[in-house]
Amino acid sequence: MKKHSVLKKVYMAVIILFLYAPILTLMVLSFNEGRTMGKWTGFSLHWYEDMFADEDIMDALKNTVIIALVSAVVSTVIGTLFCLALPRLNSKMRSVFLALNNIPLLNADIVTGLSLMLMFVAFGITLSMGTVILAHITFCIPYVVLSVRPKVRQLGMTHYEAALDLGATPWVAFFKVVLPELRSGIFSGFLMAFTMSVDDFIVTHFTRGAGINTLSTMIYGQVRIGIRPTVYALSTIVFVVVFILLIASNVISGKSATVKARRKAES
Amino acid sequence: MNKRSFTAPYIIWIIGGTLIPLAMMFYYGLTDESGTWTLQNILAIFEPGNLRALWKSLLYSAACTVVCLLLSYPIALILRNVKRAKGVIVFIFLLPMWVNFLLRTMAWQVLLEKGGVINGILSWIGLPKARLINTPGAIIMGMVYDFLPFMLLPINNVLSKVPNSLTEAAYDLGASKAQVITKVLLPLSVPGIVSGITMVFVPALTTFVISNMLGGGKILLIGNIIEQEFTVGDNWNLGAGLSIVMMIFILVSMAFIAKFDKKGEGLA
Repeated sequence: MKKHSVLKKVYMAVIILFLYAPILTLMVLSFNEGRTMGKWTGFSLHWYEDMFADEDIMDALKNTVIIALVSAVVSTVIGTLFCLALPRLNSKMRSVFLALNNIPLLNADIVTGLSLMLMFVAFGITLSMGTVILAHITFCIPYVVLSVRPKVRQLGMTHYEAALDLGATPWVAFFKVVLPELRSGIFSGFLMAFTMSVDDFIVTHFTRGAGINTLSTMIYGQVRIGIRPTVYALSTIVFVVVFILLIASNVISGKSATVKARRKAES
Repeated sequence: MNKRSFTAPYIIWIIGGTLIPLAMMFYYGLTDESGTWTLQNILAIFEPGNLRALWKSLLYSAACTVVCLLLSYPIALILRNVKRAKGVIVFIFLLPMWVNFLLRTMAWQVLLEKGGVINGILSWIGLPKARLINTPGAIIMGMVYDFLPFMLLPINNVLSKVPNSLTEAAYDLGASKAQVITKVLLPLSVPGIVSGITMVFVPALTTFVISNMLGGGKILLIGNIIEQEFTVGDNWNLGAGLSIVMMIFILVSMAFIAKFDKKGEGLA
């Protein structure tokens, strides 16, 4: 029995090592003085200084945040409105819409990206940052629907109707009664959309205009010419930010991070 | 509120963002450059180069799926019996998934490269350098690293929902530990396994990023062929035709998931 539990611990430790060794390597190398990846030549923070001075990186960072914010806000509004209207549809329409909702979720990213690009080009729309945002909204909406819909179902119509009976106008009933109840679902849908947008490479790769880079496309571009250590510094910062955000959202809302991770895995 | 018109923006987006683009994909795939209907872009999959790429994709993604399943099932079994700080341990397994996918793949490039970290360590302890990057093994390993959580999550979801009373009843009736796993837990976790398989298989089958970064552009998968037709080769009709073939494989795996996972338990 004892031997078994040691074996289990060793197995878990090996898998955790496999998962973290690459990320930790990047973190260690970001403090390496020299350029070479295979050799430690001394501690230095200069890659971090270079990173903040690097216009390409700062530009890509800015684009990533703008694209993620705009597409998360728009997809949250569209997805939430849709969920609110769903109970009013007959069951046949509802199942058709929900089936359509699954297409971007289950389709391969390369097909989503290429088909959007074909449409933009066929309609004479020049690829730009705008087309990237339109494409991101498309694949973000389904995640918002997945987060908000259970909350709408849980709430039902009774609260809203009770508010109307008590003399509230539809707007007041909506903002004072319905929206506060849906808040957690809407918030996690927004976060989900934001993360999916930041994480995306493939759809951005096919729908971006010339010269527009997000963090993902910038890294991909560097892979061909050789990765600069400034990117190690960047990935260290990304990891630390993700870690802090996840801890914070865990503390704030119980197990929401695992719920979100689950959603992400549904894609 | 709850007006039916609230669905309007969603419907517009589904039509403009999903249905029209997919129709465009089919139009390009079923016509040639002059716009005449043809099947040659679909049949191009039977050309030796393309067929080889599709075969490699199927082989690598199948290998990746099997490895992911073999690695994650024991983890999910162990997690089932963890009593203290279970949330934290699950969190540790899922955290890497939140780091940008390109950064994670890049990390393996840094480890495996000729002048990379692993070879640096090898030569430091006096061993000869090994050729690690640009091999099929490197690509499959990158796939496993990137997609492992997609297998672990649904299996863990399903297994952690199996009530302890069931396994206790099996033990009371004289089942051994191995029998409890094979006769009780394994059959009950089929929905999780099946959705894990699709969630790993589809992105692995269609990837071009991992094969490009860890295969050095020398090993071509079907995703690479399609990407090149659109970016370098400039034959969009051919690229769209091959994408349709790839979509057929995705549809088959979706039909597979629908058959075994009727209630969507693996996703819940």
